[in-house]
Amino acid sequence: MRLEKRAQQSAIALALAPVGALAFTLLISALLVRWAGAPVGQAYGLLLKGGFGSVFALSETLTRAIPLTLTGLAATVAFKARLFNIGAEGQLYVGALAAVAVGGLHGGTGFALPAPLLFVLMMAAAALAGAFLLLGPALMKARLGVDEVVTTLLLNFIVLLFVSLMLDGPMKDPSAMGWPQSVALQDELTLAKLIAQTRVHTGLLWAWTLAVIVWALMKFTVQGFNIRAVGANTRAAMFAGVPVTRTVVLVAMLSGALAGLAGAIEVAGRTGYLTLDMSPGYGYTGIVIAMLAALHPLGVVFASVFVAGVLVGADSMSRAVGVPTYIADVIVAASLISVLVATSLTQYRIRWK
Amino acid sequence: MNADLFANAFFEILANPEFWVAVLRIATPLILGTLGVLLCERAGVLNLGIEGIMVAGAFTGWLAVHGGAPLWAGVLVAALTGGVLGLLHALLTVGLALSQHVSGLGITMLASALSYYGYRVSFPKVSTPPTITPFAEMDWLNVPILAQQTPLTLLALLLVPLIAYVLYRTPVGLALRLVGENPQAAEGQGVSVAALRSGAIVAGSALMGVAGSFLTLSAFNAFFFNMVNGRGWICIALVVFASWRPGKALAGALLFAFFDALQLRLQQSGAVLLPYQLYLMLPYLLSIVALILVARQASYPQALMKPYRKGER
Amino acid sequence: MSAPVLKLAHITKRFGSLTANDDISLELGAGEVLALLGENGAGKSTLVSILFGHYTADAGQIEAFGQPLPPGDPKAALAAGIGMVHQHFTLADNLSVLDNVMMGSESLWQPFTRRRAARARLLAVAQRFGLDVDANARVGGLSVGQRQRVEILKALYRGTRILILDEPTAVLTPQESEALFAVLAQMVAQGLSIIFISHKLGEVLRVSQRVAVLRAGKLVAQAKASETTQSQLAQWMVGHAVSAAQRQPANNVGEAVCVLDKVSTAPARERLRDASLTLNRGEIVAIAGVSGNGQSALAQLLCGTRAATAGTVVLMGRPWPQKPAQLVALGVARIPEDRHEVGVIGDLPLWENAASERLQSRTFSRFGWVRRRAAYAYAQRVIAAFDVRGAGADAPARSLSGGNMQKLILGRALVHPQRDATATPKLIVAHQPTWGLDIGAVDYVQQQLFAARNAGAAVLLISDDLDEVLALGDRVAVIHDGQLTPARPALAWSREAIGLAMAGISSPQATP
Repeated sequence: MRLEKRAQQSAIALALAPVGALAFTLLISALLVRWAGAPVGQAYGLLLKGGFGSVFALSETLTRAIPLTLTGLAATVAFKARLFNIGAEGQLYVGALAAVAVGGLHGGTGFALPAPLLFVLMMAAAALAGAFLLLGPALMKARLGVDEVVTTLLLNFIVLLFVSLMLDGPMKDPSAMGWPQSVALQDELTLAKLIAQTRVHTGLLWAWTLAVIVWALMKFTVQGFNIRAVGANTRAAMFAGVPVTRTVVLVAMLSGALAGLAGAIEVAGRTGYLTLDMSPGYGYTGIVIAMLAALHPLGVVFASVFVAGVLVGADSMSRAVGVPTYIADVIVAASLISVLVATSLTQYRIRWK
Repeated sequence: MNADLFANAFFEILANPEFWVAVLRIATPLILGTLGVLLCERAGVLNLGIEGIMVAGAFTGWLAVHGGAPLWAGVLVAALTGGVLGLLHALLTVGLALSQHVSGLGITMLASALSYYGYRVSFPKVSTPPTITPFAEMDWLNVPILAQQTPLTLLALLLVPLIAYVLYRTPVGLALRLVGENPQAAEGQGVSVAALRSGAIVAGSALMGVAGSFLTLSAFNAFFFNMVNGRGWICIALVVFASWRPGKALAGALLFAFFDALQLRLQQSGAVLLPYQLYLMLPYLLSIVALILVARQASYPQALMKPYRKGER
Repeated sequence: MSAPVLKLAHITKRFGSLTANDDISLELGAGEVLALLGENGAGKSTLVSILFGHYTADAGQIEAFGQPLPPGDPKAALAAGIGMVHQHFTLADNLSVLDNVMMGSESLWQPFTRRRAARARLLAVAQRFGLDVDANARVGGLSVGQRQRVEILKALYRGTRILILDEPTAVLTPQESEALFAVLAQMVAQGLSIIFISHKLGEVLRVSQRVAVLRAGKLVAQAKASETTQSQLAQWMVGHAVSAAQRQPANNVGEAVCVLDKVSTAPARERLRDASLTLNRGEIVAIAGVSGNGQSALAQLLCGTRAATAGTVVLMGRPWPQKPAQLVALGVARIPEDRHEVGVIGDLPLWENAASERLQSRTFSRFGWVRRRAAYAYAQRVIAAFDVRGAGADAPARSLSGGNMQKLILGRALVHPQRDATATPKLIVAHQPTWGLDIGAVDYVQQQLFAARNAGAAVLLISDDLDEVLALGDRVAVIHDGQLTPARPALAWSREAIGLAMAGISSPQATP
């Protein structure tokens, strides 16, 4: 079996590819739903309704989409430069930790600075924390050739343990009766609600604005060109005069910062404090979103809403018909693989000789 | 921290044979997993699906035994599960030449999610995980430390020289190594790169499945969420540390297990009063340090992670 | 005459819309050396790849020694006695010579290898054909000539009776080529038949008995070597009368633009050692040498991607700037050796590639934002001026053919975004600028270099092709193992002296 590049990519194939991928994913999930003994049609209906079928459902979806958009952007920026940042999960937590460190009610009152200034400092701290966390593996790759996939992955575990350490000690909320959670953020630093009576907060606007900024950066600036060039062909980029190491550092800091902000915005907008289970794998899901969006920053916005809707819908479906919530992860992982396969088939034809 | 106290505790721990029993036990899934990754990477393919394959192997092996099958049948089921997931990885990376990183990560997500889903579907309302009777210790062996191990550990230890033999003293091993160094060269000598790579991935993934089954059929007797807890990723680091050689893989796994067993017992002895999280971080930190140390010298298979499209010159 | 050992009948192969081989029928006689000639893209490599089983033909049959050959299977080809020495060696650097040679010769189901027997057999074969090797040596540490010997041994070890050699002398000095021809003669004496692919016409007539010429996928001519001439062959290859590259002597040599003084670079596979060279306005200095002797180090040094560790490099009186962007701003035009992998960034569109060298400067950027319109307009200018044919300025660079890609690179180097069409770079660094191009494109590039030189540019030409070096160079230096001979006027070199210098045997000094 071998692959032969197609001379022309037919527009029809390109349009059908995601549809085919989706159909395949739905088929797999249908089998799983049957296995759980639930009626397939009803289950899918509940999934759609739970994710998108009411104002409440949409608000939950959008709330879930906020951190996903940011981790999706983090992955997009990094992967575009072929820096495989699998550490967004750790960067998210470290950003949240930094945010709470700066903006938290330490000793009851926290830092006595004007709220707007403190807010900016808090966000900056989160971004820097995430940035520096990724800088280590990035430099190790650039200078020593150490594969960043493994180092960023291992750092995730280390960071989570570190956060647990902090929550047991210096950042512990004394009023939480032994429950490992951090001190809460000062009230004035939390993000306002976007839609009343829902959990959607202004973090959504931040996320979407950042998506546009990242898109503009990649498409219209010299740095964006540098990033794309380094990712596409490092040797040629170097020949053309692109400062490679500087670009890799920039990418690492940008990607890490985005993931760090995801953590800070979650704390500031949704929870108000930091717990160990704050992120059900947003960092990893962000990677899937980036691939689904074909590494396009604006596509990340749509992909994250889609994935968030599936996750939220699956939650509500599982409560209703007793299908385990893990089906959401199956759907997301299966769509990733089938989208990759479908896209590959639009560019190559399989020959059996 | 009292240096004397620490030294005392340290030597006390090492003098206790129970410690070394634990070291071998902790090392077993690492040995099996690292050998699995080694086979894939020697053939030129990175397999990031290991974490998910270990979860799947742990689950399916345990499920089979829970359903009444004998323990070795469970191991076989785990191996088959790994093999099937490996086949998927082979189709994606060898057949369709997709990014090995993305394919592997996708499989990890898919395999873990499917396993957890399957577990929940099979046991919807349990509060404590249902248990099975795991492998018994091998008392019939008159060798100290080994006698307290379970058969899978013996299997892992025997696989090291076996895989070394296959790699260095058989034609198929030579072909495998060549495929990982220069696929065009292999093709030019009449060897099918696709077949060999796929075979290596399937075999390696089967080993990863067995590594997972060790957790549920030997080390513990039930399936927990987050049971694998990053061991798969540690195997990926260990392969680099081992310079892709089976003997060094064994040494790396044992070294790692040594530190892992040590940190737990040091905690328990109370000799060093550090937060437990710092102890738990040790394995991951060590892996990163190991990677940095061997970074410059690593003589990796030259064709690793380069997709090979037959007929494209 | 005895029956042919190889018969190709009506071989046709298409890749998408491209017909690489069009109804080709060919025979190879026993003990015969057949040369396969053709330009790049004529279909020679495809044809032999089909023969060896890397590809399967869409139509046609092959018979080896009277038996039909199963298509698409290198294993079957090897079993039938067909062996191939690839142009780009297929060797595993990390493994030993013995490993590379014996791999695949034993059944994969066999549970043990017979190394001692294999080693003995390898040494016997090596001796039989006069090829000297160390069976235990790691291939990565061998010289190019030795690596080629290992490639040849791979085929001979398997009992090849029909040997295909794809451009074997591309990486050899003239003397090493002679040694190879002696080996070929030895092979024929031992009963092998040979197919020899080359584009070097002189060689072809010397070594082969018969010549077959391919053009655009078709077999256009076959002739006995003794009954044809180089110019006839060139005409068949191209389809019209062709004259060899004509010398155009320089008539206005000016002051020094770039001076290298005892320059060395860091130890690596290729490096410079105490190299000295002066490049003057209005003059082409050509560097001859077998590839792998430091040309890459020299080119990368002058392109700004490698640093000197000793010695000085001076550009127009000032120290050599380190960064490519500065070089370009100062008027240095660079044509890299590898147009696909270094010259352009394949995934990015043409217009971004045209502007890539100057993107960091004020020409195409303002406060970090790309001046897209200016860049796009520049790209259009380059495309028009150099007749770059493709799908337009928005198409990805990898969609260009080799010739058009080289024209884009040349245009980018020679057309200045702000000055008018008559502006010329101060220094042109051209590394293998005509490699892999068809005769029309080769001529175009060479004329561009002459034109730039006549307009006052200093040109450094590094080329594997000795004919090109002697035709274009006003002065010629030879590089061997990182060291440069003094650059003497081209007419002062004899072919023999150059060959010796390429092998590192020095000739009497003359003024540089």
